[in-house]
Amino acid sequence: MEERPDDFTAGRTPVAPGSDPITNLVGPDEVLLRPPSSLWRDAARHIFRKRSAIVGMIILGMLVVVSIIHPLLATHDPNVPMLDIPEEVAAGVKKRTPPCIHLLGCPAEQPQHLLGLDGNVRDFYSRMVYGSKWSLIIGFTTVSFAIVIGTFLGAISGFFGGWVDNVVMRLMDVLLAFPSLILAIAIVTVLGPGLINALLAIGIVSIPIYARIVRASVLSVKEADYVEADRVLGVSTTRLLFHRILPNALTPLIVQGTLGIATAILDAAALSFLGLGAQPPMPEWGSMLGAERNQVFSAPHLVFFPGIAIMLTVLSFNLLGDGLRDALDPRLNR
Amino acid sequence: MTGYVARRLALAVPVLLGIVFVVFTLVRMIPGDPCRAALGERATDEICDAYMERRGLNRPIHVQFVTYLGELARFDLGNSFRQGRPITDMLVEKLPVTIELSLSALLFAVAIGIPLGIVSAYWHNSSADVFTMIIANVGVSMPVFWLGLMLQYTFAVLLKDSPLQLPPSGRLTAGIIIPPLYETWGWQVSGLIKTALTFFSNMHVFNALISGNWTALRDALRHMILPAVALGTIPMSIIARMTRSSLLEVMGLEYIRTARAKGLGEVAVIARHGLRNAMLPVVTVIGLQFGILLAGAVLTETIFNLSGLGRTLYDAITGRDYRVVEGFTLVVALIFVSVNLVVDVSYAYLDPRIRLE
Repeated sequence: MEERPDDFTAGRTPVAPGSDPITNLVGPDEVLLRPPSSLWRDAARHIFRKRSAIVGMIILGMLVVVSIIHPLLATHDPNVPMLDIPEEVAAGVKKRTPPCIHLLGCPAEQPQHLLGLDGNVRDFYSRMVYGSKWSLIIGFTTVSFAIVIGTFLGAISGFFGGWVDNVVMRLMDVLLAFPSLILAIAIVTVLGPGLINALLAIGIVSIPIYARIVRASVLSVKEADYVEADRVLGVSTTRLLFHRILPNALTPLIVQGTLGIATAILDAAALSFLGLGAQPPMPEWGSMLGAERNQVFSAPHLVFFPGIAIMLTVLSFNLLGDGLRDALDPRLNR
Repeated sequence: MTGYVARRLALAVPVLLGIVFVVFTLVRMIPGDPCRAALGERATDEICDAYMERRGLNRPIHVQFVTYLGELARFDLGNSFRQGRPITDMLVEKLPVTIELSLSALLFAVAIGIPLGIVSAYWHNSSADVFTMIIANVGVSMPVFWLGLMLQYTFAVLLKDSPLQLPPSGRLTAGIIIPPLYETWGWQVSGLIKTALTFFSNMHVFNALISGNWTALRDALRHMILPAVALGTIPMSIIARMTRSSLLEVMGLEYIRTARAKGLGEVAVIARHGLRNAMLPVVTVIGLQFGILLAGAVLTETIFNLSGLGRTLYDAITGRDYRVVEGFTLVVALIFVSVNLVVDVSYAYLDPRIRLE
């Protein structure tokens, strides 16, 4: 591995340019602010060399595009039953009609529905397209919530130590002692079913991971010389925490956060599937799948497509997260 | 070693107390009261007051908690509000279903995951490696419930009337019964022995195997395949990835080169030198899958219509059956905590470099 004195993420004390304290006129701020750019540039270079990460980014990119322009892509209103549309009724629409695509040989007199119709005679393709938005919102909100709370808890826990540390970490242990989905189900039951409550439950359940990551990073640099030096210089606690200590936790948080989005989307889909998350008629993939699960033998397309969509979304975040982990790990030999 | 285990056990006590407290509090925060949930339209104020009185639910919450702790200390988990039966009885009936399901899923995960990982690591960067890693990445991203439904559709509808047809739900075909072991053997038992025997009898595969009931064994196994594959796919993918990365790391070490240099065959190099050392992190990961299995059991049991721990827990939560939720969650957490403890200890035992401090 090349010598990399500018790498401060591993918790080592950065070496200021010039060992002579008199000629070294660079203040602590510059020393710390300059190096990260090279870490990120390195990371970007490495991640674009990894095939799986690129695949992840492509899938995710397409998903983001679809979720932004979903009104343009949808062929029908996702919440309007075809029975309300005279032309469709004239063509004799039935609920749970399998996909009909004219290009693929579906008779022209039958109205075109790319992914068929659901149990309420709504266009399934349009609902799928609208659902893309929800999966991304679900992933990002839960993980952001968990990261904010987890970082706060982990930071005070590691920084102040003592009984604060003990209380917070034992609480995290208790949360970790439950299989996450079971705890999330219990929390949603208390809060009442609904998408917001499901997101809150999944957020709460994922807090301990982030709290532990942040606490570990705080502990690893708390006693470092440059932090000690800042303390001697009279830097305020808040500044110390936000400018010196927390940046160290950024890399693992980004990696875990990306992988965490994948888990959050899966868990949210599971809750919606059980009827505890998104409620009808919201076009959310998990609840769409749950609503039609008993029809799997007669109308498999209504189960197949939402599942594939969930899988691709989760897959993209998993691939990206793995890629980021490898790219951001300075200890890894490449 | 003994000291380490004792210390870990001591550390688990506050966590378990915390679990009891969290579950107790959470369950009582569930909106709606258990009486109206259980009795529905028959619930009048009078009936409900009597109902709450009889179950001690109108006492102050801290009194309820202390009473509950006292009962726990006597291994009494209380009675189900809705069914009126002791929760320990329900556990004896439901837990074996989940254990059987989880173990078969884990067996599937290990039996497929480890060989996949070995192939992937040995022919690193080959098309076999790429293919395996695609399977592993896709497998870990699949919703359990979706995979379960798709397996049902494939094996019960698409492959209907082919030799590969498999039953999509339940534990046994109607008409096939597996009697409890004490009935098969004609024993007159009661008390704890009967409970224990009932528990093991409810693991159908085990029961049929012990009593030599081959028709039932075949039937029970056929019913077990789809749920086990659905539940085991995520752990399988994780195990395959872990085996691959761990073996890759070990195969790059010097002693592997030495082993090759002294003329050992490739199989011996991998099996005796490579795998043995690569298995350590894999063992940990296998242990950590229990959480995933227990959580996945809720979904798998729902889809495959298996009346196990997960399904009962879900029904109890939605039905506000406080005592069942408390008891079952407690047992789940207990299993989870003990498995983690066993994993930590076995890891330390397997790797002599780790000193137990």
